[in-house]
Amino acid sequence: MAAVAHEAHGHHDSHGHHEAHGHHEETFVSKYIFSQDHKMIGKQFLMTAVFMGVVAMILSILFRIQLAWPGESSDFLSFFLGETWAPGGIMKEDMYLGLVTIHGTIMVFFLLTGGLSGTFSNLLIPLQIGARDMASGFLNMLSYWFFFLSSVIMLVSLFIETGPASAGWTIYPPLSALPQAIGGSGLGMTLWLLSMTIFVVSSLLGSLNYIVTVLNLRTKGMTMTRMPLTIWAFFVTAILGVLSFPVLVSAVVLLMMDRLAGTSFYLSDIIVGGEMLANHGGSPLLYEHLFWFLGHPEVYIVLLPALGLSSEIISTNSRKPIFGYRAMIGSILAIGFLSFIVWGHHMFVTGMNPFIGSVFVFTTLLIAIPSAVKVFNYITTLWKGSIVLTPAMMFAIGLVSTFITGGVTGIILADSALDISIHDTYFVVAHFHIVMGMSAVFGMFAGVYHWFPKMFGKMLNKRLGYVHFWITIFGAYGVFFPMHFVGLAGAPRRYYDYSAYGEFDTHSHELIMDLNIIITIFSIISALGQLVFLFNFFYSIFRGPKAPQNPWNANSLEWTTPVEHVHGNWPGEIPTVYRWPYDYSKPGAEHDFIPQNVPLAEGEEEH
Amino acid sequence: MESKLMHLIVIVLGVIAIAQLVRVYELSAKLRKEGEHETNSRDNKLNARMMLVFMAFLFLGFIWLMLTYGWTGRGEAASVHGKELDWLLDLNFWIIIIVFFLTNTLLFSFAHKYIRKPGVKAFYFPHDNKLEMVWTVIPAIVLAVIIILGLRSWNKITDEPVKESIRIELFSKQFDWTARYSGEDNVLGKYDYKLTTDNNELALITTNTIDSAIAQMESGVSGIKTLESKLNDRKIMLVPEEREKMVVDLERKTRLLRLLYQMRGHHNPSVDASAWDDIIQKDTLFLCEGKEYEFNFRSKDVIHSAYFPHFRAQMNTVPGLPTRFKFTPDITTKDMRVKRNDDKFNYVLMCNKICGSAHYKMKMIVVVLSKGEYKKWMDGRQSTATFKHNYFPKAEEASSTTAGATGSDSTAVAVVDTLK
Ligand code: HEM
Ligand SMILES: [Cu+2]
Ligand SMILES: [Cu+2]
Repeated sequence: MAAVAHEAHGHHDSHGHHEAHGHHEETFVSKYIFSQDHKMIGKQFLMTAVFMGVVAMILSILFRIQLAWPGESSDFLSFFLGETWAPGGIMKEDMYLGLVTIHGTIMVFFLLTGGLSGTFSNLLIPLQIGARDMASGFLNMLSYWFFFLSSVIMLVSLFIETGPASAGWTIYPPLSALPQAIGGSGLGMTLWLLSMTIFVVSSLLGSLNYIVTVLNLRTKGMTMTRMPLTIWAFFVTAILGVLSFPVLVSAVVLLMMDRLAGTSFYLSDIIVGGEMLANHGGSPLLYEHLFWFLGHPEVYIVLLPALGLSSEIISTNSRKPIFGYRAMIGSILAIGFLSFIVWGHHMFVTGMNPFIGSVFVFTTLLIAIPSAVKVFNYITTLWKGSIVLTPAMMFAIGLVSTFITGGVTGIILADSALDISIHDTYFVVAHFHIVMGMSAVFGMFAGVYHWFPKMFGKMLNKRLGYVHFWITIFGAYGVFFPMHFVGLAGAPRRYYDYSAYGEFDTHSHELIMDLNIIITIFSIISALGQLVFLFNFFYSIFRGPKAPQNPWNANSLEWTTPVEHVHGNWPGEIPTVYRWPYDYSKPGAEHDFIPQNVPLAEGEEEH
Repeated sequence: MESKLMHLIVIVLGVIAIAQLVRVYELSAKLRKEGEHETNSRDNKLNARMMLVFMAFLFLGFIWLMLTYGWTGRGEAASVHGKELDWLLDLNFWIIIIVFFLTNTLLFSFAHKYIRKPGVKAFYFPHDNKLEMVWTVIPAIVLAVIIILGLRSWNKITDEPVKESIRIELFSKQFDWTARYSGEDNVLGKYDYKLTTDNNELALITTNTIDSAIAQMESGVSGIKTLESKLNDRKIMLVPEEREKMVVDLERKTRLLRLLYQMRGHHNPSVDASAWDDIIQKDTLFLCEGKEYEFNFRSKDVIHSAYFPHFRAQMNTVPGLPTRFKFTPDITTKDMRVKRNDDKFNYVLMCNKICGSAHYKMKMIVVVLSKGEYKKWMDGRQSTATFKHNYFPKAEEASSTTAGATGSDSTAVAVVDTLK
């Protein structure tokens, strides 16, 4: 049935596509390495991100082992860390902090910012708006190579003698400014700052390109209100990135100057390692403001693309239009705007003026409204649908569940009075892992399963996809859900060992120790589950069955391009768009989907 | 080495085996004429059922955690505002738990109920303004309630402390805490980090401490004079880097010395008294039940955070920026031990901002005493262990110092002993 439908709606002509191949003399280097083709660049981002993600995941297993069985010798630790960092198989304290820091940095920036937005913005923006490529293929290529360079530097920093940056992914000074305070603040921190600066360059080049492309290169008929929600999400994400990442650079530059040039932006009245510093007048709060001015939009830079991908996937696989298309756009815009005026909710107990704190309480809780609207719209899209549970669809449903679970705890954290006693505890760790480590990652997986055929022209194995999904959702909930309880028992984050609790509170001590073991076991299970994905991914790239033209019977334009990639995306003319992308199961239509390039039938109304 | 090789071989064989299995599966799928993009109704139904199974796992897991650990793993709040906050937390939790159950139930049951069935077409339902209005307005109202209640508590907690509240300074450094009680006058003596010396760890400002800081800077072990003489001594051979380091060091110290002289010029000796009567206390922080405390936080090196989980209190300590937090402990340690049925229980002050390798060990035991016990302990400290007593140990009669010190220590020990 699907095959019939695709014949009916396929629009490319196969002759054109062979000709297109002939026109371009491509060498291996220009095709696979310094490619300026957005599809190849998207794949490069994905491959790099998968690699970085695996590294960060292994780091997390290392420190989870330390947390569950503190002080016990482990072969696994000595295998990965060696005698220097795990003498006798027991992790060093400094290394614990280094691992946590690099894990967080890689996951937030390299996997979920570079990887998620880099992969799918690149792949989908031109394909879904009907453009032959990005506005500037060259800048796009540079964007990838800067990303690559910054990834390499970040990885190299893991292997230096004084250890990687170890001040947490938020690298608050003075800890991050003073090598006397912690070894990782020496060369490791310098590399971290360098890597992140290059990362921001990459991100800016990418984002500017995405914005320009969306604004200027839409095909005929592709008005802003006919764009798929994916594009809206990428578009707003790119704007957030352009407005907030430069602020991170300014924070980083000032920190570099404090470290290297003896300035006092963040330093005042400090005695460290027995040395009285002459710096006076700086304030770490300045850094915190600058960092979170990026930091909070950043969490939405991570989440919005995932929400965009899942909107598309849920609509397609429910065979229903996304419910409340305009409200969804409105929510994306509202979230984008509000995310710039809530950063202070990370600073309620930093010494910031409590009145300013209350303003941030207000703005932060406002953000919950558009978030709630999105959740209800997803659920209503499922209602009375004709749901096809592809692996992508299942991950998208998982995303909605985790977005709820992680979002509601945000409400508690945003209440400054309540945040006093849970700030910086495992409750926060639970909150942001459920929204980032689960929701955003699920969005990324959903995207990979759904657009794999478009990326590689092959199909992933769906059974392995199911197995992967179920292990991941059971496992990851098992990891992050109990963390709420660890946090409510009063356990601060970034502790190397919680045994000290035994000295004063047996009840909390038992709770924390027990749950830490449960959490570590679940995390090992989830990590092994990812092997299923990795196998499926690489195996299918080479040996997977060939993808059909429009495997999911979807409406958006990317499925009108030929399976084999061609330069310029469409061998012939770029299709014209006549309708929104969500005409699924429209009454009176012959099929349960009508691609965007099909003209309105006589007497048919646009949605 | 060999075992690593074996592991490697096993892994490679495992991957090959899986690849073969997948191959077989793909061949059979081909025979069935089913592509990877098609979802047959058996898979669809199975996964839909799994959605319900998963929902049950999620909900039961949550209920189990709730029943086993509860959301107050920290136990009952031991401060006045903490009780109010726990009430507020309960309320907020009930709201979000209802939302959590409701929306997750809808999500998973729809994902189960509305899976594709032969002959049933999806319902074309692109939008509905009324519905969307409902779920914009209801969350907005609920959030308004949450905001109003939350800010009411927040304002109370962060308001100015009452006049008679007891002032204590908590001084943090890698990796321990030191408390300083404001003494008889309830005024904390002023401090300046440049005055830090071995016998003035908290850098309190008095005429004497300024003088001795100047002396140390000028002619201490690594003071300016020593540095200068080393640099000018032709007999000492210095590696260029070392010389450069010493020059920078000298510059910094000269600058600090200039500031110290300035400080001496402006110093008003009449404020000395407020520092001399302060009481410096390590290891254990003693508090009095029912008294409001104003804590003033300070850090010597990096940011730390003074986290009192049982009192629902927390504030960062920031180098160069004094911060404050006030609370009133209202359950003594003894009573709490009975309540928690744990005779080794103690309140604690922990560091809750990453601050270096031993961050996880940076803590101080907190003991809440009844009014009588506290007075007894405090009187002992005031008569023997003020900053003045410690700074001039020899100025007093040797016999009385030792007697006093043991006296005060033994009261503290006695108090702690009764708690054990
Ligand atoms: C309803 C929406 C949300 C609200 C009200 C909210 C609120 C908050 C608040 C108040 C904090 C600070 C907690 C503390 O440090 O004590 C926080 C932390 C955090 N949130 Fe959210 N959040 C929401 C959604 C999200 C989303 C969607 C993401 C990411 C995809 C996210 C990621 C994070 C991260 C990473 C942190 C911790 C950063 C750190 O300290 O390392 N949040 N959230
Ligand atoms: Cu935030
Ligand atoms: Cu600390």
